Amino acid sequence: MVREGPSGLLKKDVLVAGAGVSDRLVELLSVQGEDLGANWADKVTGRLGGRVSRAEVKQELQEIYTALVAALGSGSLDGHGDAYGEVRALLTELSRNRARQGFTPTETAVSVFALKEVLEPALSGDGGDLAAYLKFAALLDTLGLFTIEVYAATREELVAAQAEQLLELSTPVVKLWDGVIGVPLVGTLDSARTMVVMEKMLQALIDTGSEHAIIDITGVPAVDTEVAQHLLKTVVAARLMGAECTISGIRPQIAQTVVALGINFGDIATKATLADALRHALRRSGVTLSAAPQASAR
Amino acid sequence: MSERVPVLQIGQVLLVSIQIDLDDQSVLALQDDLAAKVVESGAHGVVIDITALDIVDSFVGRMLATVASLSRLLDAQTVVVGMRPAVAITLVELGLSLGGVRTALTLEKGLQVLERAHVSSLGASGPAGAIPDTAAGR
Repeated sequence: MVREGPSGLLKKDVLVAGAGVSDRLVELLSVQGEDLGANWADKVTGRLGGRVSRAEVKQELQEIYTALVAALGSGSLDGHGDAYGEVRALLTELSRNRARQGFTPTETAVSVFALKEVLEPALSGDGGDLAAYLKFAALLDTLGLFTIEVYAATREELVAAQAEQLLELSTPVVKLWDGVIGVPLVGTLDSARTMVVMEKMLQALIDTGSEHAIIDITGVPAVDTEVAQHLLKTVVAARLMGAECTISGIRPQIAQTVVALGINFGDIATKATLADALRHALRRSGVTLSAAPQASAR
Repeated sequence: MSERVPVLQIGQVLLVSIQIDLDDQSVLALQDDLAAKVVESGAHGVVIDITALDIVDSFVGRMLATVASLSRLLDAQTVVVGMRPAVAITLVELGLSLGGVRTALTLEKGLQVLERAHVSSLGASGPAGAIPDTAAGR
C-alpha cells in the first residue's frame, strides 16, 4: 500500500508522541476524505430511517468532518480542548436540531459514532494505525457523549418551556361581575402553581379594582393539608389587600377528606358551587338579584 | 435624623401616606405622631396608604397592627389601603395576617369603609352587619 512507508515510520513516534497519532489520523482522514465522508453520510442516513435527506446529512457531516480534520491538524486529541471548539459548536447545532425534531439519543449520537465504523476499513492493520485508531475512538467517544449532553439539555429546555406554558395556561383569572373575579383551578396544586395563582389573582384584584375573588377548586383532584395551606395563604393575602375571597367547588369527597384531615378553613367562606359563591359575593357587594323578568341586577 | 411621615387631616379622617422606605426610628415616630394627632383632632378614622411601599418587613407589619389597636382605643377606625400583591404575599409568608386591621384596595374604597363604619356607629340602631369587615371576613 502507498501508506505503508509513512505508517511504518510513524509507528515508533506514535508510542511517544500524541502529535504523531493525530498526524496519522489527519492523513487517514484526508487521503480518503471524499469516500469516508460519503460512507459516513450513508451510514448516518440509514440510521435516521429516512427522516432527514441524505444531502442534508452530508452537508452537516461535511462541515463537522472538515472541522474535525482541522482540529486534529493542531495536534490535540482532547475533545474538551480549545482546538475542538468549532467541532463542538457544529455538534451542538446538530444535537439541538435532532432533539427538537424528536429523534432519539441513539439516532443523535450515531452521527458521531458512525465515523468509527467508517474509518475501520481504511486502517492498514499495523500497530501504529491501531494505536491511532484507539485514540481516535476515545476522542469520538468524548464527542459522542458531548452530543448526548447537548441533546439532554435541549430536551430539558423543551420540557421546562412546556411546563411554564402549562402554568400560564392553567391559571386564568376571569371577571364574573363588576367587582367579582373568578379563578377556576384545574389540576394539582403545588407550591409553584399556588404562587402563580396567588400573584395573578392579587394583580387582577388591583387591575380590575375588584373586592371579591372566588377560587373555584372543582378541577382540583385532591385536597391535602398542603393544598389547603396554599389556599388559606392565598385567601389571607387577598384579605390583606382589602378583598374578600370565597372558595367554591368543594365536591362531597373533598369535603370528606378535609374534615377527615382536620383542616380548619376558619372564617373563610366556602361554597359548594360557583353559583353559590357568586350569589354570596354579589350579596356582599350590595347587588340584589330579583326574580323579576325585566331586571336581574340593580 | 430620620425622615418624618406627615399625618394629614381631611375632615374627620387622618391620612398617612407612606412614600419612603421606613426605618425603625421613623416607624416609632409615626406611631407617636399618629396617636397624638388622633387625640388632638378627635378624628374617627385613620387611613394608612402604603401604595408606594415595595417592602414591608415584620416591624412595619407590627406597626400597622399596633396603630390599629391604638386608634381603636382612641375611638378611631384604621384602614390600610393600597397594599401591593408582592407585599401581601410577603406578609403571609412571614405569618403576619394583620388580624384586626381593616384593609381596602384603594384610598377611595378605604374612605368609604370608614364612612360606613362611622355612620353605623353613630346610629347604633342601624342594620347590624352592614359593615364589610374584610379583616374579620365572613
